Amino acid sequence: MPFSFLQNPMTLTLIVLAVAIAGYVLARGRAMTRAGGDARRLHSLPNYYGMTAAMFAAIPALGVLVIWLLAQPMVIQNSILPLLPADITESGGTVSLALSDVNRVAEGLDTAVSQGVLDAQAIDALRDDPSSLRSTLAGVGVALGSEVEPYVLAAAERMRALENRWGLIRAAVVIALALAGLALAVRAADPKFRARNVVERGVLALLMIAASLAILTTVGIVLSMLFETLNFFSQHPWQDFFFGDSWAPNFRGNSELSILPLLWGTLYISIIALLVAVPVGLFAAIYLSEYAGPKLRATAKPLLEILAGIPTIVYGLFALLTVGPFLVDVFGAGGVLSMEGLRDGDPLMAGATAVITAGLVMGIMLIPFVSSLSDDIINAVPQSLRDGSYGLGATPSETIRNVVLPAALPGIVGAILLAASRAIGETMIVVLGAGAIARFSGNPFEAMTTITTRIVSQLTGDTDFASPETLVAFALGLTLFVLTLGLNVVALYIVRKYREQYE
Amino acid sequence: MTDATHSSLLKQDARTVKRNRAEARFKAYGLVAIGIGVLMLMVLLTTIISRGTGAFQQTYLTLDVTLDAAKLDKKGNRNIDDIKKVSTFGYKPLLVNAFETLIATSDITSDLKPKAMSDILSKGAEAQMRDVVLADPTLIGQTVTFDFLASGRVDGYLKGRVTRDSIANDKNINAEQLDLVDQLHAAGALEKKFNLAFITGADSSDARPEAAGFGVSMVGSLAMMLVVLALALPIGVAASIYLEEFAPKNWITDIIEVNISNLAAVPSIVFGILGLAVFINYMHLPNSAPLVGGLVLTLMTLPTIIISTRASLKSVPPSIRDAALGVGASKMQSVFHHVLPLAAPGILTGTIIGLAQALGETAPLLLIGMVGFIATNGPDSIGEGLLSPNSAMPAQIYEWAKRADPAFYERAWGGIIILLVFLITMNFVAVMLRRRFERRW
Repeated sequence: MPFSFLQNPMTLTLIVLAVAIAGYVLARGRAMTRAGGDARRLHSLPNYYGMTAAMFAAIPALGVLVIWLLAQPMVIQNSILPLLPADITESGGTVSLALSDVNRVAEGLDTAVSQGVLDAQAIDALRDDPSSLRSTLAGVGVALGSEVEPYVLAAAERMRALENRWGLIRAAVVIALALAGLALAVRAADPKFRARNVVERGVLALLMIAASLAILTTVGIVLSMLFETLNFFSQHPWQDFFFGDSWAPNFRGNSELSILPLLWGTLYISIIALLVAVPVGLFAAIYLSEYAGPKLRATAKPLLEILAGIPTIVYGLFALLTVGPFLVDVFGAGGVLSMEGLRDGDPLMAGATAVITAGLVMGIMLIPFVSSLSDDIINAVPQSLRDGSYGLGATPSETIRNVVLPAALPGIVGAILLAASRAIGETMIVVLGAGAIARFSGNPFEAMTTITTRIVSQLTGDTDFASPETLVAFALGLTLFVLTLGLNVVALYIVRKYREQYE
Repeated sequence: MTDATHSSLLKQDARTVKRNRAEARFKAYGLVAIGIGVLMLMVLLTTIISRGTGAFQQTYLTLDVTLDAAKLDKKGNRNIDDIKKVSTFGYKPLLVNAFETLIATSDITSDLKPKAMSDILSKGAEAQMRDVVLADPTLIGQTVTFDFLASGRVDGYLKGRVTRDSIANDKNINAEQLDLVDQLHAAGALEKKFNLAFITGADSSDARPEAAGFGVSMVGSLAMMLVVLALALPIGVAASIYLEEFAPKNWITDIIEVNISNLAAVPSIVFGILGLAVFINYMHLPNSAPLVGGLVLTLMTLPTIIISTRASLKSVPPSIRDAALGVGASKMQSVFHHVLPLAAPGILTGTIIGLAQALGETAPLLLIGMVGFIATNGPDSIGEGLLSPNSAMPAQIYEWAKRADPAFYERAWGGIIILLVFLITMNFVAVMLRRRFERRW
């Protein structure tokens, strides 16, 4: 087909950019000619005239292209839905499965046609009995999960036709927009035209769009999880998810998917981590900001901060291969503190992955987090408060305990909340160090599992985005997001409020 | 002054002693806390170095193999298509013969059958020979000296990871084979050499830990970092300029600011879910592709870059802006021509630190499928490097950690050393930039 190369978004982008460059040269040239070759007669510097044209040509065209690319799959999907049998379109799960089948077959047909294995007539001939298609497509490197049903082939064919048609229309619209923008700007290139103001307004709009990307990301996070979560709750009762007491996914159906045991594991590990990180981090911060001389401060502070820069995968491996085995040596069978005698020969710790392993290592990871945040907060307490306390005869430690810490307390609470939110959302340490068993237990030497671990295990490997066992990951993710967001909002509010107090 | 007779200025009373003790105790707590932190850092670094350096050495066996024409080219016409028909299985007898010759010509003694002897080599040895022969068919009929990888167990034995006690139930190696290994080692045929293949090579299957390399995943990480740099830097700088220089004080700006500080604290795995749902399930970008990984990491890095860029824009004094405006520049010109260049070193520093964070991030990569995949070769072009499935450094380390084999654990620690070298270099460059260009106004 002629012009089919235009369907490639990359080619289209390059064409638009070429038009924009042409516009730059044309508009700048025209403005200069109109000014009689004397740049002083122009309202703006000559480059601004060129930039106006480039902007008019490129930005609307590329914007439309991006939006089109995002919207097209949705539109095409809606128009092939009627081609699927009614028993499939009734439930959300099977629809997405069938659609991904259709997608795959359509892709396979494209590959086969481009390699010359199939042509339009050959595909037509397959219409009623597409059973040979699977092996044909396997021959061009596209593996299908199941035999191709006639309706899948029909839908795939329609999808290809629509994609083809819309692709050409898209190319025409985008190129027309680019040329129209170019024409408009080149026509306007006149010494009286305020090109700089136009360009600056355009640049400001771009800056605003960049700034609002943060909002877009948040909206994207919420929406991407919300839809799949609703999908999940349509297949699995929400009461069981929030209030059930057992986590037992079963890929043959009838799973028990309750968040409570996972939440318990998450909180237990986080509490142990905070029990390690908060005292150590806080005392380190107090010493560094109140006692340490400049020399110690200059060495110890960066050293502690190295701990914060180490990737979590390193901590995960450290938990799995070093801390876990070490704890088993101490608390496991034959260890000094295994308490086998008290527990009928049953050692306290059976395997290297346990709540305590993950908790300790996560605590180490959070030490610099707590210490640097508290350091900032303690330093923000005005010196006059300390001087007043010293003047009354208090020792430095009494000043810290009775004056500095109470003054800094809200900020420190904020820092601890931020650390807690980090601990709850931490993934790699618990994936490698905490184990995979969901249970309510108070014994920190047992393996337990967390929300993040389950998200990873439900979404990796062979996943079927129609089954509740996979979709539950989105519900878990949304819960995690809401949980950490709540902690962050409260913590940031406290920290900000506290800062204002002394400013 | 009732009991002035009992007290002296030189002697502390009981209460002062108590208070001074409390003071000393409190100080000691602080020192102990710092000590714990630094000690943990030392333990961590020592563990990494002591366990990981082994991965940079690998055991090789130097062996003369006669490339028997009768086995490799039965028709004798050196036709490359005929030679290709001989599978790696057909090369096994050559290896067995080579061991027979070795025993016959040297004073090494062993009761093992030559076939069992050849099992001390990596399972990739036959493929290695085949590749050499296919590259140069004229070698057929000659005796060629090969450097074969020893199997993971033999390598572990020489490194002290595998001992004679630990192999009691190991069906991959037995004591007689270790006797042979000892003799070969004494004879100098079996040696530990610098393992360049670990730094440049690709991951291998579960059965061949000795051949697993880190290089291809480094390329994957590099591709992701290019995406992050190309997207996060311009978008982050643009967003910061708007928020710092142009944004009016109103509720929309407030929402954006709160949003950015919250995004910086969203768990990384949530970004992975976003990437899976939006980039893979909705936009149908290829699974496991560094492009998708780069996009996800871009979204994660943006808040870091925005926060540091705003700080460095803020540190440029208002007098610079006023001077620019005073000589007739527009607000936009004053920002782009004067403020931005002055803030550039700070922006660069923040970007490098953001990139270093992104480089070590693992969790989101698990969700978009950058694990469990073995890329055999590095990509040929930039486009392929972005779109073809690949792993990334931290994902590769996770993959090895999961395989529950001490030989792969060694690789994982080795990978961590390489990853940390990258991170330390990046942070060092950032600190140097800050030192060199930081301006006090």
